[in-house]
Amino acid sequence: MPLLEVDNIIFGTGPDGKTPILEGLSLFIEPGEVHALLGTNGTGKSTLAYLLMGCVGYRPAQGEIRFDGANINTLAIHERARLGITMAWQEPVRFEGITVRDYLSIRQNGVDPAACLDMVGLAPALYLTRMVDKCLSGGERKRIELASILALRPRLAILDEPDSGIDMLSIQDVINVITAFRKKGTAVLLITHREEIATIADRASQLCYGKIICSGSPGNVAEHYKSRHCLTCNGVECHYV
Amino acid sequence: MSELDELLQAFGEAGGDKGALADAGIAHLSVSGSSILSAREVEGIDVHARETRNGISAKIVVREGVKLLKPVHLCFGVLHKKGTQKIVMDVKLEKNSSATFLAHCIFPKAEKVRHIMDAVVDIGEGAEMRYSETHYHGLYGGIEVIPRLAVTVGKNGRYYTDFTLVNGRVGSLAIDYDVIAGENAVVELVARVFGHADDDVKIREKVTLAGENARGLIKARVAVEDEATAEITGITEGNAAGSRGHVDCMEIVKDHAVAKAYPYVQVNNPLAKVTHEAAIGSVDKRQMETLMAHGLSPEEAVDVIVKGILR
Repeated sequence: MPLLEVDNIIFGTGPDGKTPILEGLSLFIEPGEVHALLGTNGTGKSTLAYLLMGCVGYRPAQGEIRFDGANINTLAIHERARLGITMAWQEPVRFEGITVRDYLSIRQNGVDPAACLDMVGLAPALYLTRMVDKCLSGGERKRIELASILALRPRLAILDEPDSGIDMLSIQDVINVITAFRKKGTAVLLITHREEIATIADRASQLCYGKIICSGSPGNVAEHYKSRHCLTCNGVECHYV
Repeated sequence: MSELDELLQAFGEAGGDKGALADAGIAHLSVSGSSILSAREVEGIDVHARETRNGISAKIVVREGVKLLKPVHLCFGVLHKKGTQKIVMDVKLEKNSSATFLAHCIFPKAEKVRHIMDAVVDIGEGAEMRYSETHYHGLYGGIEVIPRLAVTVGKNGRYYTDFTLVNGRVGSLAIDYDVIAGENAVVELVARVFGHADDDVKIREKVTLAGENARGLIKARVAVEDEATAEITGITEGNAAGSRGHVDCMEIVKDHAVAKAYPYVQVNNPLAKVTHEAAIGSVDKRQMETLMAHGLSPEEAVDVIVKGILR
């Protein structure tokens, strides 16, 4: 049985919720699978992430999100988190007065915060006592967010563009984190624009204006993505071609 | 139990370091009501204190060039349910001296207590003073706290102060600080307060950047819940070339509490620059979502955020 099943969900925004974002999207992720999600800007990747996490204002108008076979459509964020779903945000927020050590210790299960920092390429001696505030650079904050997700040992980690804002020399650290998730049996939904990140996934899907238009091996999906050819509607509806 | 023992016990229960008051190498002054319970000087600092009708009057001088390695401990309190305590302080840091003061103000049983602090501080050329004041109030809210401070910071001097009142009820608080910064002087005023029930928080802090290249920061972090009210006024005047000032106020409002912020900035020299930011509202939605995605309930997430800004 898949760990996560997204079954034909419809979601829109605007005052009446009728500006379509996701239009009958279906997707599944097996336990321990790293699943890359590709798509151009504005196709609904982050919206899908918010729906899966249960953010306020993000409930499907139709369709089901199932985790371990149970419908989680109505669960709040923390209830989903306690089932083992968590998320690293594309632009993580800052917190005044909270040290990196404290942040990495929130509800974690005996995991060493220093080891998690090491995993994302940050020296524990330099970072554990720093605040998770605006003194951190964007790249540092993103790495700390990844370290915090590692510390939680989730069953499903949603990583929304974990590589954006990370310098070229440190991309390997992001790959190491994803590899670490895989070793621990954590399933990953990996939203990315980089082919070298996507290709470490077990499977990949391409999202195009609210629908999954292609799924399969990461290499094939990446090739399809780059070919700018939409097999579903030939570009008529999604304007992808 | 003697009054000193009682004060020390309350001091310890409030998180104070009782050992510091017994340490012969640490200067201190302990006052309960209008009684001076103990005082100690160390080399380089003169402490002259006398009892007055409803409090004490103290003159503290850190002599020229003296750099105190250990902080001076000040312990003020009213241990009874009712009373008035007026502390009059005259503090002088002579040229190139430096000292850190840790003040603990303890009112564990206050039902009708008034605590007034009238302080005048003179920071000499090249001197540095750090003043940290932490209040420990009881749960009754029957206390009125009025700290008034006038500070002059000389050329190349530094003055840092932080006021913390996050344990127990605030009661009524009316901070009024006025600091004048000279050439190349650095001033930093930080206040952290958590108001509950019908507590009333008023903070007025003013920094005048009078000397060239003076620097000033006013930072207030206030949380109010229930029916509490808060009014924060941060004033900075840039009067000299190269002076830089910033007013930064953040208030978190819960329940039926009401918060106001008045950042007031004035520049009287085209080469001065003063900026301000103020944020008032409920807890940030994205911060909440992030912590909830870590498994915290909404209540736990609010608690972490509020404790963070008051830290």
